[in-house]
Amino acid sequence: METAVVVVIGADKPGIVAGISSKLAEKNVNIVDISQTVLRGIFSMIMIVDLDTGHVSVGQLREELQRRGKELGVEVLVFHGEVFKFMERI
Amino acid sequence: MKYSAEEIAEVINMLTHEDLDIRSVTLSINTLFAVSDVPERTLEKLSLLRPVLSRFSEVVNSVQDKLGVNIVTRRVAVSPVQYFLEPYPDVKYAVKLGGFLDSLATDTGIDYIGGFSAYADRGIGRGTQVMLEGLAETMNSTSRLSGMLNAASTQEGLNVDAVKLFTAQLLKMSPHASSRVAIMANSPQDSPFVPSAHHGRGMPNSSINIAVSGPGVVAGAIRRARPTTFQELYEVIKKASFKVTRLGELVGRVVSEELGVPMGSVDLSLAPSPKVGDSVAEIIEAMGISRVGGHGSLTALAILMDAVKKGGSMATNLVGGLSSAFIPVSEDSIMAMRMREGYLELNDLLAMSAVCNSGIDMVGVPRDEGPEKIAALILDVLSLGLMLNKIVGVRVIPVEGKPGEEMDLGGLLGKVVVAKMKDVDSSQFTSRNGFIPTPVKRLELG
Repeated sequence: METAVVVVIGADKPGIVAGISSKLAEKNVNIVDISQTVLRGIFSMIMIVDLDTGHVSVGQLREELQRRGKELGVEVLVFHGEVFKFMERI
Repeated sequence: MKYSAEEIAEVINMLTHEDLDIRSVTLSINTLFAVSDVPERTLEKLSLLRPVLSRFSEVVNSVQDKLGVNIVTRRVAVSPVQYFLEPYPDVKYAVKLGGFLDSLATDTGIDYIGGFSAYADRGIGRGTQVMLEGLAETMNSTSRLSGMLNAASTQEGLNVDAVKLFTAQLLKMSPHASSRVAIMANSPQDSPFVPSAHHGRGMPNSSINIAVSGPGVVAGAIRRARPTTFQELYEVIKKASFKVTRLGELVGRVVSEELGVPMGSVDLSLAPSPKVGDSVAEIIEAMGISRVGGHGSLTALAILMDAVKKGGSMATNLVGGLSSAFIPVSEDSIMAMRMREGYLELNDLLAMSAVCNSGIDMVGVPRDEGPEKIAALILDVLSLGLMLNKIVGVRVIPVEGKPGEEMDLGGLLGKVVVAKMKDVDSSQFTSRNGFIPTPVKRLELG
């Protein structure tokens, strides 16, 4: 499975999860893991998504999600899953 | 694969706040197929590289986009020009060849092309002689070409004549030109860093070599862990270095696969940049030396070097290049600041070179100090390499300025601080000709 890690950070408000996940759904990208917290009004979410099901490259997905993030007023970071596998697993 | 939120946060923090990036992806390529005694024929054959370099540049951009990891420069290392000049030893041709390589880089989106280089450890061959005679003119008329003269090796000796020829050329160069040349001892054959990068002997026809950055990651790890014993300090650096190198290994493997060129080596060196938080000196200061240059700096650097090697070597299949802690003064904002403040002097850098492979790198020297004194400084560094069987180099920038003044070269090169040279005449020593014979260490090899 080719995965990407999506990180979303910003001031909490309604619609952030919906805004990001609807974009993923639009691109047929499946969410395989998700964790989300709000600490002192700061929203943070980490998602692992499966790129195999989608019809989009990581670069395009990053561009689309960052555009959506701008509309929502949050910061979106997208990295390839291999980066985490290489750095956090031996 | 599942990761904890802490693991993900750690990687994100390194990539976004601690400036972890890939300093360079370097395509090392055997260009000796183009050697000819007809200069036009050589340039014609070298033109065949154009689509290869363009494709390389595109692949690196696409890998950067795919992984989300910043790749700062794309570089190409070609076979040393000394071999091209052997069958047609002419200074004008040397300059033309350098200009051609430079334009090849400009046209294909390559940041630096390394290989205007030669070996002259014991003697100066025909090709090397004209390369050296045309070095200043070539460098002054190019912007992406880099060159290196290997003037010493533990196996061959230290060629003082070559050092003097090099120094005479260096003094004719503009500051930008001199930032693209180095004089070395025991140069590695697979360096991804400029100016040492060239396609060395005994290498496959092409390979991908990687240079990582990430001093901010090591400094940050030390600050968070606050180790109380030296063993713990070692452990913290080893772990951080493993992760930094691992990112280099990943990028190298992906580029290699997509380009269809074998993966070469990863240089473990923590390359700094003038950005705040991307400094090797900051690591030394995070260890507890309040100003780099203070007593204890050498020990701190020795620990850093050794731990980086131990942690980093496990992260890659092949360690290459200089694999050291780089201490280029202008390219490291804190090194530059401490030099300006007077905590760091040339002899401190010389002492540091005994425990890391950097040598005296990106330091300004007053042009009016003259060739004898600068050659003597170079000899001091190369002698360390000769006697200790180490890779070291010198990249000094002759400038019209007084000690303590600085000159901004821009970008990754940063602000060059003019160092104070000793007010002592060594010209009688350097006036001798010839080379320094191989040291006793040579005998250990047979």
